[in-house]
Amino acid sequence: MVRTLIDTVRLQVVLFAVLIAGFAYGNPVTTDTAAIPQNNLHEQTGEKAFDAGKMIIDHIVDAHEWHILTYNDFHLAIPLPVILLDNGKLVSFSSSHFHHGKEAYRGYRLETEGPNEGKIVKTLEDGETVDASAKLPLDFSITKNVVSLFISVLLLCLIFISIANKYKKNPDVAPKGLQSVLEPLILFVRDDIAIPGLGKKNYARFMPFLLTVFFFIFLNNLLGLIPIFPGGANLTGNISITLVLALFTFAITTYNGNKNYWMHIINAPGVPWWLKFPVPLMPIVELVGLITKPFVLMVRLFANMTAGHIILLGFMSLIFIFGKMNIFAGYGVSVFSLAFGVFMSLLELLVAFIQAYVFALLSSIYFGMAMEEHHHPEEHTTDH
Amino acid sequence: MQLVTPGIGLIFWMLVSFSLVMYVLAKFAWKPIMKGIHQREDSIEKALEAANDAKKEMLQLKAGNEQLLRDAKDERDALMRDARKMKETIVEEARVLAGEEAARIVESARQNIQMEKMAAINELKNQIASISIEIAEKLIGKELENKQQQQLLTEKLLKDVKIN
Repeated sequence: MVRTLIDTVRLQVVLFAVLIAGFAYGNPVTTDTAAIPQNNLHEQTGEKAFDAGKMIIDHIVDAHEWHILTYNDFHLAIPLPVILLDNGKLVSFSSSHFHHGKEAYRGYRLETEGPNEGKIVKTLEDGETVDASAKLPLDFSITKNVVSLFISVLLLCLIFISIANKYKKNPDVAPKGLQSVLEPLILFVRDDIAIPGLGKKNYARFMPFLLTVFFFIFLNNLLGLIPIFPGGANLTGNISITLVLALFTFAITTYNGNKNYWMHIINAPGVPWWLKFPVPLMPIVELVGLITKPFVLMVRLFANMTAGHIILLGFMSLIFIFGKMNIFAGYGVSVFSLAFGVFMSLLELLVAFIQAYVFALLSSIYFGMAMEEHHHPEEHTTDH
Repeated sequence: MQLVTPGIGLIFWMLVSFSLVMYVLAKFAWKPIMKGIHQREDSIEKALEAANDAKKEMLQLKAGNEQLLRDAKDERDALMRDARKMKETIVEEARVLAGEEAARIVESARQNIQMEKMAAINELKNQIASISIEIAEKLIGKELENKQQQQLLTEKLLKDVKIN
């Protein structure tokens, strides 16, 4: 099962790369930050071109403000605090001072193009031009994704502590309300994720991590599907988030690895000696495998969630691309785009659950593998 | 490139938030939830087991009851049989005793009657004797009213004696 999953991931990564390439570079028109398409007044004057690639990327990456809508020259966005660590100096101010990247503030500027796009860079003495030679300040800003992260963490605590109190009060009563919605999921994590991967003896120790990871990913996937403010941040489609999640899995796997597990890596049994000496080929392969597992976890979640968002936004972009050509073409295409959009959203609901499941399941399998006690000798030949 | 480059800020906040949320949930949510679920499952399992046991017990009890009922019926039948037999023997015994008693009574009656009869016969004999004597007296008296007749009689008696 793991093998087929890894194959699927490879396919997904390839597809995803193609999609990114198509959207990001297929339409290299530069516009200002107002990526949301304008009404037909602009269109008739031919003043602004619609850049679907830029619009999509702007929607799925992190930002220093929470953009809600743009109408002509009016931007509705929630400014978020900027926190910078510049040469050991802590600097913080509101991101509204950047005026969506149009202005510099206190020697910093929000880059809108080039390799540092979306990052905060230092300016020269004049306070306007970008200092290309200066090192980038470390950016610990409370960005859109960080706010979304805080909201989801708060929600998780609220939801689960409230239902935990119900269990504390009367454990023998049948679940009611929110409890009855979440209990099957908790049991699902226990019976279909933890126990098959870890066995009945060991699973209890890993339940806190598996449950947290499952519900964290599931909740954030769902929040990502909501298009406006409290949701829509594409948190689980951000590589930093999935990197940290995968790091946790990696750390727990490594911490729990027993003698058997390490022996398998250093001196894999059942492999001819010339594969280990004088060139330690097998140990290298095993070590790469050690890193690949969490790496795959990281990329799978990131790619799946981002790809879903890209496809949805792609369908929406079609409306405006056709609308620029002809207003009626835009209306016509909107019917199909909306139908596909609804279909994709439903599919994404499914994906939101599946990705949470897969992440938790693979974590549990990796933990189980690290703690496996004994191998039968004939298994070694087919193990890797 | 921004899309696939992890940012230090987000990694930092995620590490902090996720560790925190995992700690808080593990302590205040997962522990009581898992405990509660486990407890409920245990109590359900126990309740089911108890119900099963009760059912088995009920069946056993029912079988026992039936056995008891059968035994009671058998005992009643035996009792009835015994009673009937006893009644018969009692009646039989009574009949025998009654017969004997009757025979005894009849016997003693007969003896009484015999005795009475004998007494009556004796009495009758005595009376007849005395009546005979009276008659004889009267007859003799008459016979001996005159001398001639006395002589005649004496002669006749003497004659009788002589003859004897």
